[in-house]
Amino acid sequence: MSTTTTITPTPTRRSFDYKTFLANNGALVGLVVLCIALVIATPDFLTGQNLLNIGIQVSTVAVLAFGMTFVIVAGGIDLSVGAVAALSAMASGWFFVSAGLPGWVALLGGLAVGLLAGIVNGAANAYGKLPSFIATLAMLSVARGLTLVISDGRPIKTAAEVSFLGGNLGPVPMPIVVLVVAALVASFILNRTVLGRSMYAVGGNAEAARLSGLPVKRIIVTVFALAGLFAALAGLLLAGRLDSAQPQAAAGYELDAIAAVVIGGASLSGGLGKISGTFIGALVLVVIRNGLNLLNVSSFWQQVVIGLVIALAVGADVLRRKTRNS
Amino acid sequence: MNAHPLITLQNVTKTFGPVTVIQDVTVSVYPGQVQVLLGENGAGKSTLIKMVAGVYQPDGGQILVDGTVTTLPTTKAAEDHGIATIHQELNLVATMSVAENVMLGRMPTKFGMVDRKELRRQARAALALIGLDVDVNLLVGDLGIAKQQLVEIAKALSINARVLILDEPTAALTRHETQALFAVMADLRSRGVGMLFISHHLDEIAEVGDTVTVIRDGHFIAEVPASTPEDELVKLMVGRSIEDQFPRRADETPAVTEVLTVTNLTSAGQFDDISFTVRAGEVLGIAGLVGAGRTELIRAIAGADKYDTGTVTVRGTKLPKGDIKAAIRAGIGHVPEDRKGQGLVLDASVNDNLGYATLASSAKLGLADFTGQRRRAEAVAKTLRIRMHTIDQPIRSLSGGNQQKAVFGRWIIAASTVLLLDEPTRGVDVGAKVEIYELMNSITAAGGAIVMVSSELPEILGMSDRILVMRDGRLAGELSAADATQDTVMTLAARDVAAQR
Repeated sequence: MSTTTTITPTPTRRSFDYKTFLANNGALVGLVVLCIALVIATPDFLTGQNLLNIGIQVSTVAVLAFGMTFVIVAGGIDLSVGAVAALSAMASGWFFVSAGLPGWVALLGGLAVGLLAGIVNGAANAYGKLPSFIATLAMLSVARGLTLVISDGRPIKTAAEVSFLGGNLGPVPMPIVVLVVAALVASFILNRTVLGRSMYAVGGNAEAARLSGLPVKRIIVTVFALAGLFAALAGLLLAGRLDSAQPQAAAGYELDAIAAVVIGGASLSGGLGKISGTFIGALVLVVIRNGLNLLNVSSFWQQVVIGLVIALAVGADVLRRKTRNS
Repeated sequence: MNAHPLITLQNVTKTFGPVTVIQDVTVSVYPGQVQVLLGENGAGKSTLIKMVAGVYQPDGGQILVDGTVTTLPTTKAAEDHGIATIHQELNLVATMSVAENVMLGRMPTKFGMVDRKELRRQARAALALIGLDVDVNLLVGDLGIAKQQLVEIAKALSINARVLILDEPTAALTRHETQALFAVMADLRSRGVGMLFISHHLDEIAEVGDTVTVIRDGHFIAEVPASTPEDELVKLMVGRSIEDQFPRRADETPAVTEVLTVTNLTSAGQFDDISFTVRAGEVLGIAGLVGAGRTELIRAIAGADKYDTGTVTVRGTKLPKGDIKAAIRAGIGHVPEDRKGQGLVLDASVNDNLGYATLASSAKLGLADFTGQRRRAEAVAKTLRIRMHTIDQPIRSLSGGNQQKAVFGRWIIAASTVLLLDEPTRGVDVGAKVEIYELMNSITAAGGAIVMVSSELPEILGMSDRILVMRDGRLAGELSAADATQDTVMTLAARDVAAQR
């Protein structure tokens, strides 16, 4: 390490350093290339309807992934977001149909369930000393189980207020509006607030953060609580589109969310990651699926492609670290 | 030296992108000779060593092994030529036993399975070589940092090295342990092993070295005998003379205001019944062997760990146990022992690292005070002369001395008045060391108080106004700066320990 002061390259403005640009914006470049290829490959890609479709599809993944970004930046992982999304939507449906609560109370109740699940995750991790992988794996099972218990395996109708989230605001689908608001809020939290800055510190080096007086445990609980809240929002978006909460909704979405965050340039060892990156990561996943659908590629092959994309993105991440540290 | 060199780096050059780190440097290691590599952090010592160890390839010049031009494309290739390296950062697996670590990659097998008995036997033999007495079945992670270092050395030696590279092996060792290491080095020397030795402790050079190669900013400056006076070496190294290595300026008038009072502090198994006070403007040094409970004591005062009984009082306010935030609010700033592991968030920027202690207190309505933080960070980076390109660069890319200054800077921004320093100049080069000492002076001159734990006796003697000596978790004695010598301190620190052996 002792040589590094002299070897840190000074940023050159003379020539465009495409290597650095590629390493830092790999996901964005990939997305643009992907879109250009799809525009050429199929006339169906660049249509208003298809783009709106992409927007709607990306909303669920991205909102989940925003919450996941907090957790990953803070050095954890949350495997339960898909199940918590389903549980929150189902609870909201139950509040409305079985408990007879007003629609807006059912909506807020659904969000509260997600928040609560997140707090439990965070407390199990921070105070119970369970690794976040294990704590949220347990929550995945519990939340999915509770969803089935509440619903008895059948869909429940959602309140109009929830369905509104799946509808339109003028010409714009509500999920896209929610997506934009969620992105702004998440980005604001991560960049501007004490909490957000603390997440980077905790994920980068929890002990250094603690010795600097940051309340590490409380930060971890808050981070998981936020992930739960964003998961609940994603679950309600999904339910709103179908006018019903489905017991198997969002199954496996946690992996999409993690993939989006990682493609977006976050490090699974914590301390690095951005909301804009995560958003691009989510778009990459959704556009690939959309494009492969338009090109009539079977969903089996789609999984293969998605897997390769994740490997490629993480490979780029490793490369970036290497160029930075040498 | 009429023998042929074991290895020669001949006119080597190394560049990283547009930056030349090493330019046209020649160094040789002869059999039975300790070649010291001297230079400030960032001078290029580590890069040179990595070329010998097969980590980096020179971009210009060549490497000669036994007089033959050789390439060392991998560390394995270097090891095959009998070149073993003890890196600054330990390369041990904390979750494996001492024996497994020593024999890692070369485990003896029997019928395809690890031969545990033979493994332990060979590991014990390797440890015996350097006189290290630890149970080979212990997990490395359960050992202290000093013992881990010795395990690493035993591991390197057990490969039958002809050339041994030691990159700051003594940085984490006490005087006693360093002596043991030097004895091992002397033994190796008599057996014809060539060594390349890096150390920031100038006094060690004359003691263990034969010749010294000085490099500065990647250039060869001079090759001088190890008996060259320290002043001269410092001058060659930094390119200017440093008047005083320990520029302690104590207040003329003895301070009266008690700032920090520790009363009967006890934590079972770590330290026992510790009481002392520190007055405004004073530097209190805490000396002792590694494992005497100094770090644990400092951490307890800082609120990082809980303790069993006793009290910590800052300016009349009793601090709650294990509450870092309360300690910070009372004015305590803690510079921990392990800069990278406990002090810094390495991937975060210099700016962020400077601001963690004040992140919450400077915020309004939960919003981080970005403009204010940047202004404060810029100012403190300037005052402390933290050398960097921009305040937004990751702190990982700064040299050790500048990283350490940033940890200090965090507490200066927080306006801390009681600094608890744990090995404040570990892995810091001479120039930056003096800057850190000057900083300590300015803190005490402004009415602050400092408690400094250090395993470097010259530092303790040079910078403290009073010295407490700890032994086995207890206070073994207190010395005034005037009465303290290496002998008086070590006698207090090691008396019982020596008697037990």
